[in-house]
Amino acid sequence: MLHGYLPSLLDGAWLTLQVAVLSLALALLLGLAGASAKLSRIALFRAPALAYTTIVRGIPDLVMMLLVFYGGQIGINEMTDRLGWGYVDVNPFAAGVATLGFIFGAYFTETFRGAFLAVPAGQLEAGYAYGMSRWQVFSRILFPQMLRHALPGLGNNWQVMQKSTALVSIIGLSDLTWLADQAGRSTHQPFVFYAVVCAFYLAMTAASGILFRGLERRYSVGIRRVAA
Amino acid sequence: MIEWAVITENLPEYAAGLWLTLQLTVISLAAGLLLAIPLAVLRTSGAAFVSRGVWAYTYFFRGTPMLVQLLLVYYGLGQFEWVQARWAEGNSLWLVFRDPYGCALVTFALNTCAYTTEILAGALRATPHGEIEAAQACGMSRLTMIRRILVPGALRRALPAYSNEAIFMLHGTAIASTITLVDLTGAARNAYSQHFAPFEAFIFAGLIYMCVTFALVGLFRLAERRWLGHLQARKSRQARA
Repeated sequence: MLHGYLPSLLDGAWLTLQVAVLSLALALLLGLAGASAKLSRIALFRAPALAYTTIVRGIPDLVMMLLVFYGGQIGINEMTDRLGWGYVDVNPFAAGVATLGFIFGAYFTETFRGAFLAVPAGQLEAGYAYGMSRWQVFSRILFPQMLRHALPGLGNNWQVMQKSTALVSIIGLSDLTWLADQAGRSTHQPFVFYAVVCAFYLAMTAASGILFRGLERRYSVGIRRVAA
Repeated sequence: MIEWAVITENLPEYAAGLWLTLQLTVISLAAGLLLAIPLAVLRTSGAAFVSRGVWAYTYFFRGTPMLVQLLLVYYGLGQFEWVQARWAEGNSLWLVFRDPYGCALVTFALNTCAYTTEILAGALRATPHGEIEAAQACGMSRLTMIRRILVPGALRRALPAYSNEAIFMLHGTAIASTITLVDLTGAARNAYSQHFAPFEAFIFAGLIYMCVTFALVGLFRLAERRWLGHLQARKSRQARA
């Protein structure tokens, strides 16, 4: 099937999935940190977080990725030169994951910030009044409810993010899109191979859609919906 | 530290690239929006199979990366002998698909149209029922009601979501540089490969993109003040003083 390119395409699909999931994890961490910084009482934390979200959301992801991939190489070379270490090659996998995580961390920051603000302050006060510690209030009251408000936004960001993983093919990572491109050139059937890539992404986004609907149901247990 | 030559020597190419980026963004947004209005009406009020058909179109374009869509159109279509035959006979409609500029415009327009259709469909569904009743009570025909009541109201309500789509589109056009077009990103990639100075080349392009993004945000803010003015908080006299 597919002129014997199926195993190679499957490898590419696996790589694409790895890029997507790892950069999601990084973006979630950065998003939580960014939202905490933006909501902090200390201006020293707020300013860099504001700069981060403004700059990242103003620049195309491809430009950012090219900057991190080519710029990161030079930056690391200079650092290793100074430290007297040998040459370190920036691998496109790390560059791709780092860039996607960094970019979408900015979008997640905004999502989390809105969600944290949506939890009524009175509930947190009630938690403290019961004698809960700061960590208990965070883990038992703030976080679970914040997640319910954040899930629709996270789901949207994740859908955009999965599709952005195709960009890593431009910086030379042998992901699904890159391998399909190669296969299309050598068999002279590019349409067939790109159609396979489309089918894979459709399956991935459809599966995540179902997953997120499930999560939203799980996290809105006990919430009454206004009938539309 | 900063090699200004990377920027100054390539300034004309950056300017030409910016012009191409703006063209791609504005033309595809305009075409996408025009096409999205009838599609959104069909999506919400058409027969079930029509609505399903529109949904299949938007589902495909929203579920796959725009980069892959662009490659599918630009490199993929040439696979078919039938298309090659149209090219050979000089069919001007099909020749669009041999030209990277044409391919980029068609792909971007179809892509933004899919997202805009869903945004507008959502806004159409949110039409207050009273408005429809009032239109019917005035004796409007279905077409008149769509033209005078449903579409104008939906366009207003869709404005905030649409401004995000416009910014995504501006940033999305950066992938035009992968099919040989020299847009702003393409100009930066050329500047990089001439001087091997990634910071200068890409940060300068990034700054231009940021300025255009802020200009777009400002334009949409003006548009919201014009068309969604009734939803904005009125400034009290004390606040103004």
